[in-house]
Amino acid sequence: MIEFTMPSLGADMEAGTLREWHIEPGDYIEHGDIIADVETQKGIIEVECFDEGVVEKLLIKEDEKVPVGTVMALINPVGGEEREEAVVHEKPEKMHETRREPVPHVVSPVVEHHRIKISPLARKMAEENHVDYTVIKGSGEKGAIVKEDIEKAISQEEEQPKSTEEKPGTTTNFREAIAAAMTKSNREIPHYYLEIKVDMSKSLDWLAERNKQRQVKERILPIALLIKAVAKALQQVPDLNATWENGLVKKPEINPGLVISLRTGGIVVPAVRQADRKSIEEIMETLNNLIPRARSFKLRSSEISDGTVSITSLGEGGADRVYGVIYPPQVALIGLGSIKNEPWVENDMLGIRPVLSITLAADHRATDGHTGDRFLKALRQQLLNPEVL
Amino acid sequence: MTAMTKEDLKKLLFQLLKSIAPDAEPEKLRPDENIREALDIDSFDYLSFIVALDEKLGIETPEEDYGKISTLDDLMNYLSVRT
Repeated sequence: MIEFTMPSLGADMEAGTLREWHIEPGDYIEHGDIIADVETQKGIIEVECFDEGVVEKLLIKEDEKVPVGTVMALINPVGGEEREEAVVHEKPEKMHETRREPVPHVVSPVVEHHRIKISPLARKMAEENHVDYTVIKGSGEKGAIVKEDIEKAISQEEEQPKSTEEKPGTTTNFREAIAAAMTKSNREIPHYYLEIKVDMSKSLDWLAERNKQRQVKERILPIALLIKAVAKALQQVPDLNATWENGLVKKPEINPGLVISLRTGGIVVPAVRQADRKSIEEIMETLNNLIPRARSFKLRSSEISDGTVSITSLGEGGADRVYGVIYPPQVALIGLGSIKNEPWVENDMLGIRPVLSITLAADHRATDGHTGDRFLKALRQQLLNPEVL
Repeated sequence: MTAMTKEDLKKLLFQLLKSIAPDAEPEKLRPDENIREALDIDSFDYLSFIVALDEKLGIETPEEDYGKISTLDDLMNYLSVRT
Protein backbone atom coordinates (compact mmCIF):
# COMPACT_ATOMS: atom_id res chain seq x y z
CA MET A 1 0.00 0.00 0.00
CA ILE A 2 1.32 3.42 -0.91
CA GLU A 3 0.98 6.15 1.67
CA PHE A 4 0.27 9.52 0.12
CA THR A 5 1.54 12.15 2.52
CA MET A 6 1.20 15.91 2.91
CA PRO A 7 3.96 17.10 0.61
CA SER A 8 6.53 19.72 1.50
CA LEU A 9 6.22 22.55 -0.96
CA GLY A 10 9.39 24.32 0.07
CA ALA A 11 11.95 24.41 2.85
CA ASP A 12 9.69 26.80 4.70
CA MET A 13 6.52 24.71 4.83
CA GLU A 14 5.49 23.11 8.11
CA ALA A 15 1.89 22.13 7.46
CA GLY A 16 -0.91 22.45 4.95
CA THR A 17 -4.69 22.51 4.98
CA LEU A 18 -6.48 20.09 2.71
CA ARG A 19 -9.07 22.20 0.92
CA GLU A 20 -10.49 19.71 -1.57
CA TRP A 21 -10.05 16.12 -2.59
CA HIS A 22 -10.19 15.54 -6.34
CA ILE A 23 -10.41 11.79 -5.78
CA GLU A 24 -12.52 9.30 -3.87
CA PRO A 25 -12.03 5.68 -2.84
CA GLY A 26 -12.12 3.39 -5.85
CA ASP A 27 -10.77 6.02 -8.27
CA TYR A 28 -7.95 4.98 -10.55
CA ILE A 29 -5.12 7.51 -10.58
CA GLU A 30 -2.15 7.87 -12.84
CA HIS A 31 1.28 9.44 -12.48
CA GLY A 32 0.89 13.23 -12.44
CA ASP A 33 -2.84 13.35 -11.66
CA ILE A 34 -3.93 16.25 -9.49
CA ILE A 35 -5.53 14.64 -6.51
CA ALA A 36 -6.03 17.47 -4.02
CA ASP A 37 -5.96 21.20 -3.40
CA VAL A 38 -3.81 22.10 -0.43
CA GLU A 39 -3.69 25.52 1.14
CA THR A 40 -0.29 26.74 2.29
CA GLN A 41 1.17 30.08 3.21
CA LYS A 42 1.76 30.59 -0.48
CA GLY A 43 -1.82 30.09 -1.52
CA ILE A 44 -3.82 27.12 -2.73
CA ILE A 45 -1.65 24.60 -4.53
CA GLU A 46 -2.82 21.76 -6.73
CA VAL A 47 -1.09 18.64 -5.45
CA GLU A 48 -0.13 15.89 -7.85
CA CYS A 49 0.48 12.24 -7.09
CA PHE A 50 3.34 10.44 -8.75
CA ASP A 51 2.08 6.94 -8.14
CA GLU A 52 -0.34 4.84 -10.07
CA GLY A 53 -3.07 2.82 -8.49
CA VAL A 54 -6.52 2.71 -6.99
CA VAL A 55 -7.47 4.97 -4.10
CA GLU A 56 -8.10 2.78 -1.08
CA LYS A 57 -8.97 5.28 1.59
CA LEU A 58 -8.91 9.00 2.34
CA LEU A 59 -7.60 9.59 5.85
CA ILE A 60 -7.90 13.36 6.07
CA LYS A 61 -11.09 15.34 5.78
CA GLU A 62 -11.41 18.51 3.76
CA ASP A 63 -10.47 21.68 5.67
CA GLU A 64 -8.14 19.81 8.02
CA LYS A 65 -4.67 21.14 8.63
CA VAL A 66 -1.93 18.54 9.02
CA PRO A 67 1.86 18.69 9.34
CA VAL A 68 4.09 17.85 6.40
CA GLY A 69 4.56 14.09 6.21
CA THR A 70 1.13 13.15 7.59
CA VAL A 71 -0.45 10.28 5.67
CA MET A 72 -3.43 11.70 3.79
CA ALA A 73 -4.56 8.77 1.69
CA LEU A 74 -3.79 5.14 0.99
CA ILE A 75 -3.33 4.02 -2.59
CA ASN A 76 -3.32 0.45 -3.83
CA PRO A 77 -0.48 0.23 -6.33
CA VAL A 78 -1.13 -1.19 -9.77
CA GLY A 79 -0.47 -4.95 -9.74
CA GLY A 80 -0.09 -4.80 -5.97
CA GLU A 81 3.55 -3.77 -6.29
CA GLU A 82 4.74 -1.01 -4.06
CA ARG A 83 7.01 1.60 -5.54
CA GLU A 84 9.13 3.75 -3.33
CA GLU A 85 9.55 6.49 -5.92
CA ALA A 86 6.89 9.23 -5.82
CA VAL A 87 8.32 12.69 -5.53
CA VAL A 88 5.58 13.78 -3.20
CA HIS A 89 6.01 10.66 -1.13
CA GLU A 90 9.70 11.01 -0.50
CA LYS A 91 10.05 14.74 -0.02
CA PRO A 92 8.73 14.90 3.53
CA GLU A 93 11.49 12.53 4.60
CA LYS A 94 14.02 15.08 3.51
CA MET A 95 12.20 17.78 5.34
CA HIS A 96 12.34 16.12 8.73
CA GLU A 97 15.54 17.90 9.47
CA THR A 98 14.00 21.19 8.49
CA ARG A 99 11.02 20.60 10.69
CA ARG A 100 13.18 20.24 13.73
CA GLU A 101 14.82 23.56 13.05
CA PRO A 102 13.88 26.44 15.29
CA VAL A 103 12.41 28.39 12.40
CA PRO A 104 9.35 30.50 13.18
CA HIS A 105 6.46 28.10 13.56
CA VAL A 106 3.55 29.40 11.65
CA VAL A 107 1.38 26.53 12.71
CA SER A 108 1.93 24.02 15.46
CA PRO A 109 2.53 20.57 14.10
CA VAL A 110 0.01 18.30 15.79
CA VAL A 111 0.21 14.71 14.74
CA GLU A 112 -3.06 12.83 14.40
CA HIS A 113 -5.01 15.97 15.09
CA HIS A 114 -7.64 14.76 12.67
CA ARG A 115 -9.04 12.98 15.65
CA ILE A 116 -9.67 16.28 17.37
CA LYS A 117 -13.26 16.69 18.40
CA ILE A 118 -14.77 19.97 17.38
CA SER A 119 -18.35 21.03 16.84
CA PRO A 120 -19.24 22.11 13.29
CA LEU A 121 -20.08 25.62 14.51
CA ALA A 122 -16.79 25.93 16.36
CA ARG A 123 -14.88 24.72 13.33
CA LYS A 124 -16.65 27.26 11.11
CA MET A 125 -15.90 30.07 13.56
CA ALA A 126 -12.27 28.98 13.81
CA GLU A 127 -11.90 28.94 10.04
CA GLU A 128 -13.53 32.33 9.60
CA ASN A 129 -11.36 33.91 12.24
CA HIS A 130 -8.20 32.04 11.25
CA VAL A 131 -7.90 30.42 14.64
CA ASP A 132 -5.73 27.29 14.70
CA TYR A 133 -8.10 25.02 16.64
CA THR A 134 -5.60 22.17 16.67
CA VAL A 135 -3.85 23.81 19.62
CA ILE A 136 -7.01 24.56 21.62
CA LYS A 137 -8.05 22.43 24.55
CA GLY A 138 -11.77 21.75 24.31
CA SER A 139 -14.11 22.34 27.23
CA GLY A 140 -17.08 20.42 25.82
CA GLU A 141 -18.10 16.82 26.24
CA LYS A 142 -15.09 14.42 26.11
CA GLY A 143 -12.82 17.39 25.48
CA ALA A 144 -14.61 18.51 22.32
CA ILE A 145 -13.92 22.05 21.20
CA VAL A 146 -17.07 24.13 21.32
CA LYS A 147 -18.13 27.64 20.34
CA GLU A 148 -17.03 29.14 23.69
CA ASP A 149 -13.47 27.81 23.27
CA ILE A 150 -13.14 29.52 19.92
CA GLU A 151 -14.59 32.78 21.27
CA LYS A 152 -12.03 32.66 24.06
CA ALA A 153 -9.21 32.02 21.60
CA ILE A 154 -10.35 34.94 19.43
CA SER A 155 -10.44 37.35 22.35
CA GLN A 156 -6.98 36.19 23.48
CA GLU A 157 -5.61 36.64 20.00
CA GLU A 158 -7.00 40.14 19.77
CA GLU A 159 -5.05 41.10 22.85
CA GLN A 160 -1.80 39.91 21.32
CA PRO A 161 -0.17 41.20 18.16
CA LYS A 162 -1.23 38.92 15.35
CA SER A 163 1.59 36.71 14.19
CA THR A 164 -0.06 33.47 13.26
CA GLU A 165 -1.58 32.31 10.06
CA GLU A 166 -3.73 34.62 8.02
CA LYS A 167 -5.28 34.12 4.63
CA PRO A 168 -3.00 32.28 2.23
CA GLY A 169 -0.90 34.39 -0.03
CA THR A 170 -0.99 37.44 2.21
CA THR A 171 2.08 39.59 2.60
CA THR A 172 2.51 38.48 6.23
CA ASN A 173 2.46 34.82 5.30
CA PHE A 174 4.87 35.28 2.46
CA ARG A 175 7.26 37.23 4.62
CA GLU A 176 7.16 34.55 7.29
CA ALA A 177 7.81 31.79 4.76
CA ILE A 178 10.65 33.71 3.13
CA ALA A 179 12.07 34.68 6.52
CA ALA A 180 12.18 31.03 7.61
CA ALA A 181 13.88 29.79 4.43
CA MET A 182 16.38 32.63 4.20
CA THR A 183 17.28 32.47 7.87
CA LYS A 184 17.96 28.75 7.52
CA SER A 185 20.04 29.43 4.42
CA ASN A 186 22.15 32.13 5.98
CA ARG A 187 22.64 30.18 9.18
CA GLU A 188 23.57 26.85 7.60
CA ILE A 189 25.02 27.52 4.18
CA PRO A 190 28.54 28.91 3.88
CA HIS A 191 28.02 30.95 0.72
CA TYR A 192 30.75 31.92 -1.69
CA TYR A 193 30.21 34.43 -4.46
CA LEU A 194 31.67 34.83 -7.94
CA GLU A 195 30.85 37.28 -10.68
CA ILE A 196 31.41 37.45 -14.41
CA LYS A 197 30.57 40.17 -16.92
CA VAL A 198 29.27 39.09 -20.29
CA ASP A 199 28.99 41.06 -23.52
CA MET A 200 25.37 40.41 -24.44
CA SER A 201 25.42 41.99 -27.90
CA LYS A 202 25.49 38.68 -29.77
CA SER A 203 22.67 37.18 -27.72
CA LEU A 204 20.50 40.30 -27.94
CA ASP A 205 21.08 40.78 -31.68
CA TRP A 206 20.30 37.15 -32.31
CA LEU A 207 17.10 37.44 -30.27
CA ALA A 208 16.02 40.70 -31.94
CA GLU A 209 16.53 39.13 -35.36
CA ARG A 210 14.39 36.14 -34.44
CA ASN A 211 11.74 38.29 -32.80
CA LYS A 212 11.32 40.28 -36.02
CA GLN A 213 9.79 37.20 -37.63
CA ARG A 214 7.37 36.74 -34.77
CA GLN A 215 4.04 38.21 -33.85
CA VAL A 216 4.02 40.27 -30.68
CA LYS A 217 2.57 37.52 -28.53
CA GLU A 218 5.17 35.03 -29.70
CA ARG A 219 8.10 37.27 -28.90
CA ILE A 220 10.82 35.95 -26.69
CA LEU A 221 12.24 37.84 -23.75
CA PRO A 222 15.95 37.67 -22.90
CA ILE A 223 15.15 35.72 -19.72
CA ALA A 224 14.09 32.66 -21.78
CA LEU A 225 17.45 32.65 -23.53
CA LEU A 226 19.26 33.15 -20.21
CA ILE A 227 17.43 30.21 -18.61
CA LYS A 228 18.43 27.99 -21.52
CA ALA A 229 22.03 29.14 -21.28
CA VAL A 230 22.12 28.44 -17.53
CA ALA A 231 20.65 24.97 -18.08
CA LYS A 232 23.22 24.13 -20.76
CA ALA A 233 26.07 25.37 -18.58
CA LEU A 234 24.77 23.21 -15.74
CA GLN A 235 24.98 20.18 -18.02
CA GLN A 236 28.72 20.84 -18.10
CA VAL A 237 29.00 21.53 -14.36
CA PRO A 238 26.36 19.25 -12.78
CA ASP A 239 27.69 19.72 -9.24
CA LEU A 240 25.76 22.99 -9.04
CA ASN A 241 22.50 21.33 -10.08
CA ALA A 242 22.16 19.53 -6.80
CA THR A 243 21.02 19.59 -3.21
CA TRP A 244 23.02 19.28 0.00
CA GLU A 245 21.68 16.58 2.29
CA ASN A 246 24.69 15.69 4.43
CA GLY A 247 26.45 15.27 1.13
CA LEU A 248 26.11 16.40 -2.45
CA VAL A 249 23.13 14.89 -4.24
CA LYS A 250 23.24 15.61 -7.95
CA LYS A 251 19.86 15.86 -9.63
CA PRO A 252 19.05 13.87 -12.75
CA GLU A 253 16.94 16.70 -14.23
CA ILE A 254 17.90 20.32 -14.70
CA ASN A 255 14.90 22.28 -13.40
CA PRO A 256 15.87 25.92 -12.84
CA GLY A 257 13.43 27.78 -10.61
CA LEU A 258 12.83 31.37 -11.62
CA VAL A 259 12.29 33.82 -8.77
CA ILE A 260 9.04 35.65 -9.51
CA SER A 261 8.23 38.66 -7.39
CA LEU A 262 4.61 39.18 -6.56
CA ARG A 263 3.02 42.58 -6.69
CA THR A 264 1.56 42.09 -3.25
CA GLY A 265 5.05 41.43 -1.87
CA GLY A 266 7.03 38.23 -1.57
CA ILE A 267 8.35 35.78 -4.13
CA VAL A 268 7.60 32.35 -5.52
CA VAL A 269 10.06 30.16 -7.38
CA PRO A 270 8.34 27.89 -9.91
CA ALA A 271 10.57 25.50 -11.83
CA VAL A 272 11.05 25.36 -15.58
CA ARG A 273 11.38 21.60 -15.87
CA GLN A 274 14.13 20.09 -17.97
CA ALA A 275 15.11 23.48 -19.34
CA ASP A 276 18.21 21.96 -20.95
CA ARG A 277 15.99 19.85 -23.20
CA LYS A 278 13.58 22.62 -24.12
CA SER A 279 14.04 25.05 -26.99
CA ILE A 280 14.11 28.75 -26.13
CA GLU A 281 10.63 29.02 -27.63
CA GLU A 282 9.39 26.23 -25.37
CA ILE A 283 10.94 27.92 -22.34
CA MET A 284 9.14 31.16 -23.22
CA GLU A 285 5.87 29.22 -23.59
CA THR A 286 6.46 27.70 -20.18
CA LEU A 287 7.05 31.16 -18.69
CA ASN A 288 3.90 32.48 -20.37
CA ASN A 289 2.05 29.74 -18.58
CA LEU A 290 3.89 29.81 -15.24
CA ILE A 291 4.24 33.52 -14.48
CA PRO A 292 0.54 34.50 -14.59
CA ARG A 293 -0.34 31.40 -12.54
CA ALA A 294 2.41 32.18 -10.04
CA ARG A 295 1.03 35.70 -9.66
CA SER A 296 -2.49 34.43 -9.10
CA PHE A 297 -1.36 31.69 -6.67
CA LYS A 298 -2.36 28.83 -8.97
CA LEU A 299 0.79 26.74 -9.13
CA ARG A 300 0.99 22.98 -8.88
CA SER A 301 2.88 21.24 -6.11
CA SER A 302 5.59 19.84 -8.39
CA GLU A 303 6.19 23.25 -9.96
CA ILE A 304 7.10 24.62 -6.56
CA SER A 305 9.07 21.66 -5.25
CA ASP A 306 10.89 20.47 -8.40
CA GLY A 307 13.48 23.25 -8.63
CA THR A 308 17.09 22.03 -8.61
CA VAL A 309 18.76 25.46 -8.80
CA SER A 310 17.40 29.03 -8.71
CA ILE A 311 17.73 32.02 -10.99
CA THR A 312 16.96 35.53 -9.84
CA SER A 313 16.77 38.25 -12.45
CA LEU A 314 16.57 41.94 -11.68
CA GLY A 315 15.22 42.94 -15.07
CA GLU A 316 16.01 46.12 -16.90
CA GLY A 317 17.07 49.50 -15.67
CA GLY A 318 17.75 48.54 -12.07
CA ALA A 319 20.65 47.42 -9.92
CA ASP A 320 23.79 46.21 -11.69
CA ARG A 321 24.13 42.91 -9.89
CA VAL A 322 22.55 40.74 -7.22
CA TYR A 323 24.28 38.62 -4.58
CA GLY A 324 21.66 36.01 -3.84
CA VAL A 325 20.81 33.83 -0.88
CA ILE A 326 20.58 30.13 -1.77
CA TYR A 327 17.20 28.44 -1.43
CA PRO A 328 17.90 25.35 0.70
CA PRO A 329 18.51 22.49 0.13
CA GLN A 330 19.76 23.70 -3.28
CA VAL A 331 23.46 24.53 -3.57
CA ALA A 332 23.49 27.39 -6.05
CA LEU A 333 21.69 30.54 -7.07
CA ILE A 334 22.43 32.45 -10.23
CA GLY A 335 21.85 36.20 -10.12
CA LEU A 336 21.26 38.19 -13.27
CA GLY A 337 21.71 41.95 -13.06
CA SER A 338 20.28 44.45 -15.49
CA ILE A 339 21.83 44.70 -18.94
CA LYS A 340 23.48 48.11 -19.42
CA ASN A 341 25.63 49.74 -22.05
CA GLU A 342 29.19 49.94 -20.73
CA PRO A 343 32.68 50.64 -22.05
CA TRP A 344 34.17 47.33 -23.13
CA VAL A 345 37.65 46.34 -24.24
CA GLU A 346 37.98 43.67 -26.89
CA ASN A 347 41.05 42.97 -28.99
CA ASP A 348 42.65 46.07 -27.47
CA MET A 349 39.82 48.21 -28.83
CA LEU A 350 37.49 50.19 -26.65
CA GLY A 351 33.82 50.01 -27.55
CA ILE A 352 30.35 50.16 -26.01
CA ARG A 353 28.52 46.91 -25.34
CA PRO A 354 25.34 45.80 -23.57
CA VAL A 355 26.85 44.14 -20.51
CA LEU A 356 25.26 41.72 -18.08
CA SER A 357 26.73 41.01 -14.65
CA ILE A 358 26.09 37.41 -13.70
CA THR A 359 26.73 36.34 -10.13
CA LEU A 360 26.84 32.91 -8.62
CA ALA A 361 26.07 32.26 -4.97
CA ALA A 362 27.14 28.72 -4.16
CA ASP A 363 27.31 26.43 -1.14
CA HIS A 364 30.94 25.96 -0.10
CA ARG A 365 30.11 22.65 1.59
CA ALA A 366 29.10 21.29 -1.81
CA THR A 367 31.56 22.90 -4.21
CA ASP A 368 34.61 25.15 -4.33
CA GLY A 369 35.29 28.37 -6.18
CA HIS A 370 36.92 26.46 -9.00
CA THR A 371 33.63 24.69 -9.80
CA GLY A 372 31.77 27.99 -9.69
CA ASP A 373 34.32 29.56 -11.99
CA ARG A 374 33.99 26.71 -14.49
CA PHE A 375 30.22 27.18 -14.46
CA LEU A 376 30.36 30.93 -15.09
CA LYS A 377 32.83 30.45 -17.93
CA ALA A 378 30.57 27.79 -19.47
CA LEU A 379 27.61 30.14 -19.14
CA ARG A 380 29.48 32.98 -20.81
CA GLN A 381 30.42 30.65 -23.63
CA GLN A 382 26.76 29.83 -24.18
CA LEU A 383 25.79 33.50 -24.30
CA LEU A 384 28.54 34.32 -26.77
CA ASN A 385 27.21 31.61 -29.09
CA PRO A 386 23.44 31.97 -28.95
CA GLU A 387 22.95 30.14 -32.23
CA VAL A 388 23.87 26.83 -30.61
CA LEU A 389 21.55 27.28 -27.65
CA MET B 1 -9.85 52.56 -35.23
CA THR B 2 -11.31 55.81 -36.39
CA ALA B 3 -13.82 56.60 -33.71
CA MET B 4 -11.43 56.43 -30.77
CA THR B 5 -10.84 59.80 -29.16
CA LYS B 6 -7.81 60.71 -27.12
CA GLU B 7 -9.85 60.24 -23.98
CA ASP B 8 -11.04 56.80 -25.08
CA LEU B 9 -7.49 55.79 -25.81
CA LYS B 10 -6.30 56.97 -22.43
CA LYS B 11 -9.12 55.08 -20.77
CA LEU B 12 -8.13 51.91 -22.62
CA LEU B 13 -4.48 52.31 -21.64
CA PHE B 14 -5.38 52.75 -17.98
CA GLN B 15 -7.69 49.78 -18.10
CA LEU B 16 -5.00 47.55 -19.60
CA LEU B 17 -2.37 48.78 -17.16
CA LYS B 18 -4.77 48.11 -14.30
CA SER B 19 -5.34 44.58 -15.51
CA ILE B 20 -1.62 43.74 -15.33
CA ALA B 21 -0.92 45.82 -12.22
CA PRO B 22 -4.15 45.79 -10.23
CA ASP B 23 -2.67 47.67 -7.30
CA ALA B 24 -1.23 50.47 -9.44
CA GLU B 25 -2.84 53.81 -10.09
CA PRO B 26 -2.14 54.65 -13.73
CA GLU B 27 -4.41 57.72 -13.52
CA LYS B 28 -1.76 59.30 -11.35
CA LEU B 29 0.98 58.88 -13.95
CA ARG B 30 2.60 62.10 -15.07
CA PRO B 31 2.66 62.41 -18.88
CA ASP B 32 6.47 62.29 -18.99
CA GLU B 33 6.98 59.59 -16.37
CA ASN B 34 8.46 56.22 -17.33
CA ILE B 35 5.44 53.91 -17.10
CA ARG B 36 7.33 50.75 -16.23
CA GLU B 37 9.35 52.37 -13.50
CA ALA B 38 6.45 54.32 -12.01
CA LEU B 39 4.10 51.34 -11.88
CA ASP B 40 6.84 48.77 -11.17
CA ILE B 41 6.03 46.64 -14.20
CA ASP B 42 8.57 44.01 -15.25
CA SER B 43 9.47 43.06 -18.82
CA PHE B 44 7.11 40.09 -18.80
CA ASP B 45 4.12 42.20 -17.78
CA TYR B 46 5.08 44.99 -20.17
CA LEU B 47 5.11 42.51 -23.05
CA SER B 48 1.66 41.31 -21.93
CA PHE B 49 0.53 44.94 -21.95
CA ILE B 50 1.78 45.48 -25.51
CA VAL B 51 0.20 42.21 -26.66
CA ALA B 52 -3.15 43.30 -25.19
CA LEU B 53 -2.81 46.77 -26.68
CA ASP B 54 -2.04 45.40 -30.12
CA GLU B 55 -5.00 43.06 -29.92
CA LYS B 56 -7.41 45.80 -28.84
CA LEU B 57 -6.24 48.28 -31.43
CA GLY B 58 -5.54 45.85 -34.23
CA ILE B 59 -1.94 46.99 -34.67
CA GLU B 60 1.45 45.30 -34.55
CA THR B 61 4.10 47.06 -32.49
CA PRO B 62 7.60 46.12 -33.64
CA GLU B 63 10.12 45.33 -30.93
CA GLU B 64 12.44 48.16 -31.95
CA ASP B 65 9.64 50.62 -31.12
CA TYR B 66 9.39 49.55 -27.47
CA GLY B 67 11.88 52.25 -26.57
CA LYS B 68 9.62 54.89 -28.13
CA ILE B 69 6.70 54.14 -25.87
CA SER B 70 8.05 54.44 -22.37
CA THR B 71 5.93 57.39 -21.17
CA LEU B 72 2.22 58.12 -21.40
CA ASP B 73 2.86 61.02 -23.77
CA ASP B 74 5.05 58.87 -26.04
CA LEU B 75 2.49 56.10 -26.02
CA MET B 76 -0.42 58.43 -26.86
CA ASN B 77 1.50 60.05 -29.70
CA TYR B 78 2.74 56.73 -31.02
CA LEU B 79 -0.71 55.19 -31.00
CA SER B 80 -2.54 58.20 -32.40
CA VAL B 81 -0.35 58.02 -35.51
CA ARG B 82 -0.83 54.30 -35.92
CA THR B 83 -4.51 53.83 -35.14
